[in-house]
Amino acid sequence: MSARISRREFLKGAGALAAIGSLPISLVELAFADSAENFTFAHISDSHIQHIKGTEFVRNWDRGLIRAVAEANLLTPKPDFIVYGGDLAQLGSKPELDHGAEIMAALSGKVHYVMGEHDYYLDLGKYWEQLFGPQYYSFDHKGVHFVVLNSILTYDDWTHNRWPTPEQRMLEMAGLDNPNGSPFMVGEKQRQWLKEDLQKIDKDTPLVVFSHSPIQKIYKGWNFWTEDAEQVQALLKPFKKVTVIYGHVHQIQYNQIGNISFHAVMGTAWPWPYPSTYAQVEQHLPKLTVPMNRADPFFERDATGWQFINVATGNVDLRYNLYNNTNRAVSFNSKSGRPEDTLYQPAENRIPPQVHF
Amino acid sequence: MPLSRPTRSVLVAFAVGAVSLSPAQADEFSQEDLKRWEGQFMDVVKQGRELWTKALGANGVSCAQCHPNAANTHPETYPKFQKQLGKVALVADMINWCIRNPAEGQPMALDDPRMVAIQAYINYERRGVPMAPGKH
Repeated sequence: MSARISRREFLKGAGALAAIGSLPISLVELAFADSAENFTFAHISDSHIQHIKGTEFVRNWDRGLIRAVAEANLLTPKPDFIVYGGDLAQLGSKPELDHGAEIMAALSGKVHYVMGEHDYYLDLGKYWEQLFGPQYYSFDHKGVHFVVLNSILTYDDWTHNRWPTPEQRMLEMAGLDNPNGSPFMVGEKQRQWLKEDLQKIDKDTPLVVFSHSPIQKIYKGWNFWTEDAEQVQALLKPFKKVTVIYGHVHQIQYNQIGNISFHAVMGTAWPWPYPSTYAQVEQHLPKLTVPMNRADPFFERDATGWQFINVATGNVDLRYNLYNNTNRAVSFNSKSGRPEDTLYQPAENRIPPQVHF
Repeated sequence: MPLSRPTRSVLVAFAVGAVSLSPAQADEFSQEDLKRWEGQFMDVVKQGRELWTKALGANGVSCAQCHPNAANTHPETYPKFQKQLGKVALVADMINWCIRNPAEGQPMALDDPRMVAIQAYINYERRGVPMAPGKH
């Protein structure tokens, strides 16, 4: 078998579908659109499990994750797998990661974990790796190639030479608006790995990339940003259908850059303001995005939630499960070639809580 | 009764002396004053920023966790009607609401220097935005 894995060969290897493997590729394309090949996965992110002392954790953040796990377990049909989008912990400590892992253990199904900065900057991901595996990797599922990146790395000097203790390094990076922070990046080593990983993949294969930070530049001050976003995007460009799904921002965002669709996911812990609401700075929230409703603080879980994601066409339909709000769906529109909200995209359909200021 | 010349001279001298010895008149302030007052204000803003990033309650949660750069605090919209409180509330009422609920702490007196500092900080981060009392 050649090193290039096409969807056709992937399906051929899938036992039950061996007969299809000998059919012309166009029919295999149809087979992918067949309901048997459609699949869904769940995506949970940004729970920020926060240790107080002893066995005490911030109750509010715990409840967000516990609810996501309980609801994801109720999905019918069952999702093929679950992705955790990063920032399971608040300050990367063993008690936080252990407690988060314990809550996540109630999930039925395979979980693929993404590294967040709150998981990383205490011990540079060491304990996280013991619990959840490598910091970046790829896998294939029903003809789709999935890549998980650690996109929250930064300049070596900041990581290794700036701070007297790992605890202080973690605290400095944990403050979203802390001017002592440093921009996120995938970095050269991982980009080289990605390049080699993608060389093996047929360019017609749908590609889904998971990262913690947006692989696009929205607002640097809060790290709604990846320093080498353009270089990563260049590696994804040769593929026909590419989707990047990221956490970190705790809000609905979506965008289309060339062939790449971008979707952000909700946090289970708390919502973040849109950077456009910080009056002192320039920012670049994608114009395509219809914002989530403004959070009502009197509802503890408002503007938090989790997602289930339908992969039927090789592009994704992303369904936001919002705890105290009407659910939202952002689907790839094959006519306009971009993700769109299925209800609120036309300006006249939008509602007052979607106006942020 | 007309004053004698020497008495008048003493009074004039006293009046001149009073002007030169007293602080500036009410409507007079210098660049130095402006600089000093701004310094005083920015010190309090800085104290507010420090409080913003620290735990004000029992659970370690800070204001900045949900409100980076005090975004989504909307100080320019207060006082405004809060449907859950059933009345027109001050931004200080909402600060205390957040201290009590997400931060699980004790509310501050409205003239607590920390409350003043927090308001100085969130207003400073919102500088330049037009006043919009009552806005939702």
